[in-house]
Amino acid sequence: MARPALSDRELALKAVRLRQQTLTAIYDAGAGHTGGGLSCLDILNVLYNRILNVSPETAGSPARDRYVQSKGHSVEALYAVLADRGFFPEADLKTICHYQSHYVGHPTRHIPGIEMNTGALGHGLPICIGMALAGKMDAAAYRVFTLLGDGELAEGSNWEAAMAAGHYNLDNLTVIIDHNTLQISGHTRDVMSNEPLDEKWRAFGWAVKVVDGHDYAALTEALSQPAETGKPTCVIANTTKGKGVTFMENVAKWHHGVPSDAELKQALAELDVAAAPLKESV
Amino acid sequence: MSAPAPSLFTPAAKAMAATLGLKMGRANLDEFAATLEELAKANPNIVAVTSDSRGSGKLAPFGKALPKQLVEVGIAEQNLVGITAGLAACGKKSFAVSPGCFLTARSLEQIKNDVCYSDVPAVLIGISSGVSYGALGTTHHSLHDLAVLRAINNLTILVPADNFETRQAIRFAAQATKPVFVRFGKAAMYNLHQPETTFEVGRAITLREGNDVAFIATGETVVHALLAAGTLAERGVSCRVLSMPTIKPLDKEAILKAGRECRAVVTAEEHMVHGGLGEACAAVLLQGGVGKPFRIVGIPDEETVPGAQADIFRHYGISMEGLSETALNLLP
Repeated sequence: MARPALSDRELALKAVRLRQQTLTAIYDAGAGHTGGGLSCLDILNVLYNRILNVSPETAGSPARDRYVQSKGHSVEALYAVLADRGFFPEADLKTICHYQSHYVGHPTRHIPGIEMNTGALGHGLPICIGMALAGKMDAAAYRVFTLLGDGELAEGSNWEAAMAAGHYNLDNLTVIIDHNTLQISGHTRDVMSNEPLDEKWRAFGWAVKVVDGHDYAALTEALSQPAETGKPTCVIANTTKGKGVTFMENVAKWHHGVPSDAELKQALAELDVAAAPLKESV
Repeated sequence: MSAPAPSLFTPAAKAMAATLGLKMGRANLDEFAATLEELAKANPNIVAVTSDSRGSGKLAPFGKALPKQLVEVGIAEQNLVGITAGLAACGKKSFAVSPGCFLTARSLEQIKNDVCYSDVPAVLIGISSGVSYGALGTTHHSLHDLAVLRAINNLTILVPADNFETRQAIRFAAQATKPVFVRFGKAAMYNLHQPETTFEVGRAITLREGNDVAFIATGETVVHALLAAGTLAERGVSCRVLSMPTIKPLDKEAILKAGRECRAVVTAEEHMVHGGLGEACAAVLLQGGVGKPFRIVGIPDEETVPGAQADIFRHYGISMEGLSETALNLLP
């Protein structure tokens, strides 16, 4: 990518604006997935600004990297990041969930920059294995990424796919787990415990990295290249559901809570406060 | 030594096939495997994806000849279809090959979302469909597949009757830019078509002209309708026989024409009577203002009778004898 590299501080400042756009989009739509969008936003920010070889100009290039958002419900954050990268005008964010708008509540290929239609959980990883296998068959250099929720890991199809990725030594494939430990009904450990995640993925033949999912340097280091030749990479990104807005953080009801007028105002103001010192030093 | 599977054709049916000049071909499953291998040798972009089903799909020779064009996913049908969709999204002409019963039930959501909704040019091959696995029981029957897949947008549904239709269906699927589903059985089939027959997706093929009874049949029930027409001709009843290799998009024009020009309509399919060809024809006729005596022959809504495919066919009247009787009882 011939784009200027953004510093961690610049990314952090961008993240504040993307969080504000995500929240505003959910408020405007009257629906959406707030907590998970905020938890994965820093991951998306790093992917689209430092890792993925994608751009609006090369959206149809066979050589582009592929990103499939398996946790499709966090689409508002993805829309905000794609708009920021110029895949479509930011004004389109105002049409999310509107009549006859293709910006529906889960990703679809009608939207520039989106590779596959997702939203039912447990679908992204199998699809990405097909994409990674195609890349190997064609000796292509592209990499394939998917983002899974930790609650989503209860879907058995993930483990069918995890087995296949290890079997086929797909080192061009990276799974990122948005490990925010909450799902719609409460704590993942109470709904369906899935720990220890790292040991599970290792047992399926994956190279595993555990990082702070809000640390740009750590995410960049983990995602820049495959962790190990001959193995798919699993990055377990420890995140905070609702990250960046104090009253939403680690509260399960914000899984798909829509902010009221007052709550939106309060959230945007808190994010403005967070942005101030970043602006001064950029 | 195990007992040979009972024949799908009674001695009388075999005699009628001879009278009609029908020659026995190979199983549509074998025709599929040979066609796919031939196409894949010419097009390295074709990839077969199997779920421990290369043996049942007769793709062992394919795998030996073209090992780089076969992906084995193990017994994991959800993954089978997801991977097939991912391959298709990255430029491969991918064929998911798995028994119809598992492919269209276990991985229905992957078919709906990853293939049809995402609109990738993947091909889904339901092998040994219907009651091909007969005595293995209901777990192995696919009598729901046409019903559920008809209710999913953006899927061409092909059910070939014989080797010719199978070859043409696979050739179509190999060059399609949209999702395609093809299902067929594994028993040897009579060849039904003349060399000059043309196959067009979305078009019925008229195998026989007639104006008393219209048999509208699909897949491996077509031969039984054709044999019934032969028998009925000897009794002075003239039958039209339409083979419907395309279930979606349906040839409404041919159905309406048959309904208007014949005195009665009998449909036949290796599928439950709900949601398949018969109900589709009924909707076309009723909405087209054609109200003729009408019967759907298929598997009724009950636990399917135990037995081999031939036993099940005969039990439910999917046979020359059964279809003849249904037609005669229906004529005003």
